[in-house]
Amino acid sequence: MKLRITDLTKSFTLEDGNTIEALGPLNLEVSDGEFVCILGPSGCGKTTLLRIIGGLERPTSGTISLNSATIEGPNPSMAMIFQEYSLFPWRSVLDNVAFGLEVRGLPKEERHRIARKYIELVGLSGFEANKPYELSGGMRQRVAVARALAIEPKVLLMDEPFGAIDAQARNKMQRELLQIWEKTRKTVLFVTHSVDEAVYLADRIVILTRRPGRIKEIVPVPHHHPRERTEPSFVEIRRYVLRQITEESEIGTPH
Amino acid sequence: MKRWTGIVVPLMIMAGWEVAAILISNPFILPRLGTIVEVLMRPADDLLGTGSLLYNAWRSVQRVGLGFLVAALIGIPCGIAMGRYRWLNQLMDTTLQALRPIPPLAWVPLALAWFRIGLTSIVFIIFIGAFFPILINTIDGVKSVKKTWMEVALTLGTSEFRLLTKVILPGAAPIVWTGLRLGFGIAWMTVVAAEMLPGTISGLGYLIMYAYNFGQVNVIIAGMVVIGLIGIAIDLIFKQGEKVWFGWRSLER
Repeated sequence: MKLRITDLTKSFTLEDGNTIEALGPLNLEVSDGEFVCILGPSGCGKTTLLRIIGGLERPTSGTISLNSATIEGPNPSMAMIFQEYSLFPWRSVLDNVAFGLEVRGLPKEERHRIARKYIELVGLSGFEANKPYELSGGMRQRVAVARALAIEPKVLLMDEPFGAIDAQARNKMQRELLQIWEKTRKTVLFVTHSVDEAVYLADRIVILTRRPGRIKEIVPVPHHHPRERTEPSFVEIRRYVLRQITEESEIGTPH
Repeated sequence: MKRWTGIVVPLMIMAGWEVAAILISNPFILPRLGTIVEVLMRPADDLLGTGSLLYNAWRSVQRVGLGFLVAALIGIPCGIAMGRYRWLNQLMDTTLQALRPIPPLAWVPLALAWFRIGLTSIVFIIFIGAFFPILINTIDGVKSVKKTWMEVALTLGTSEFRLLTKVILPGAAPIVWTGLRLGFGIAWMTVVAAEMLPGTISGLGYLIMYAYNFGQVNVIIAGMVVIGLIGIAIDLIFKQGEKVWFGWRSLER
């Protein structure tokens, strides 16, 4: 199972007829079970990249393939997790998690059984009947993770999933995500603007340049999980990555 | 305590009324409260040969229900289509904005010309009254459905049809419901006015107009009270439904 991104570009045409090059050309290969963070200065197109992989946007040129099958449009082997407010507020936790199975026509009992399994995996047993507005931000993102996992995708696409959560809960969510990842061994593509988050989570960090986003550098993080944020070699990688990002955001700015 | 404050002003009005009625002492201008209550207390008795209060209220409710149903059956699907497809909305917008301010009763002559005197005309006029609030709120409701909800659904493998039934409809439902409530309110006002037109021989509007011909002001006012009470009752039902089914909308953060 290999996710392959080949010569991908994306440009937008503005209303005044001008074209903006948003992304690429970009090539990337992600192997099965790998945890890859995509990091870049704001506006570099990292979210656009994820949305193209998830089939929500079309590339201007280039291809995405999974196990050498080209992917166009939303694909059952991928599930996307958004920043926030993505849960259906009229549905209970259980029915949110079961949504993807429901639209595939699974009978109620079956989809609830599977949903319960994933609710347990993200540590929310006992909250099946609650509505999203009764949960904290962190709990809601766990529901979103369970909902994505329930369709048993090969690849998880996460778009700054913890961006709107306060710092403490965020660290906890990162630890839990790693545990879930170790249990399920999904391939994860994780977009973030936090250097710390990327160094804490990723096997490899893909640093993008400013617009149009290309790959500036791929930084492998050789540390085993769980990682210790205060460990010198962790701090070292963090400092290195931060320097790359800072460099990228400062180029071309009038200072 | 707060629940009681609402009743103070009606009580004062009634007291003032009674005093004025005694002073004026002319039932054709201001009947005594007792004579109105008398009519209200016997809602199943025939009034002036037009049938009882209950019978006429039931006829009005039936008519408004019919017109409202037609308005909802046409307004909601049209609203969904227009909320979903921008080009359709742009295509129709000017026409709607021009038709909307025309009061339902201005359609009466046309209704009579097209459908003759009778049920169809009345239902048509009620339809006009209820249609626009339902349509416009449905459009707004569909537009208010968060893009993220739809994208989540799409990435989870939702078909276009399921997207409609599982995301757009439930997401838009609270605002559509508001449209139904507003639409019913206007429809209720419209039915009473429509029943005052020539050719009708039942309904609360007909009853109070007919009572006017006989100078039965107490019957007129009793009829108005019933019109008001039914309006309140139906509005309460809608509000209760909103609380029970769409509580998530106000609670969502």
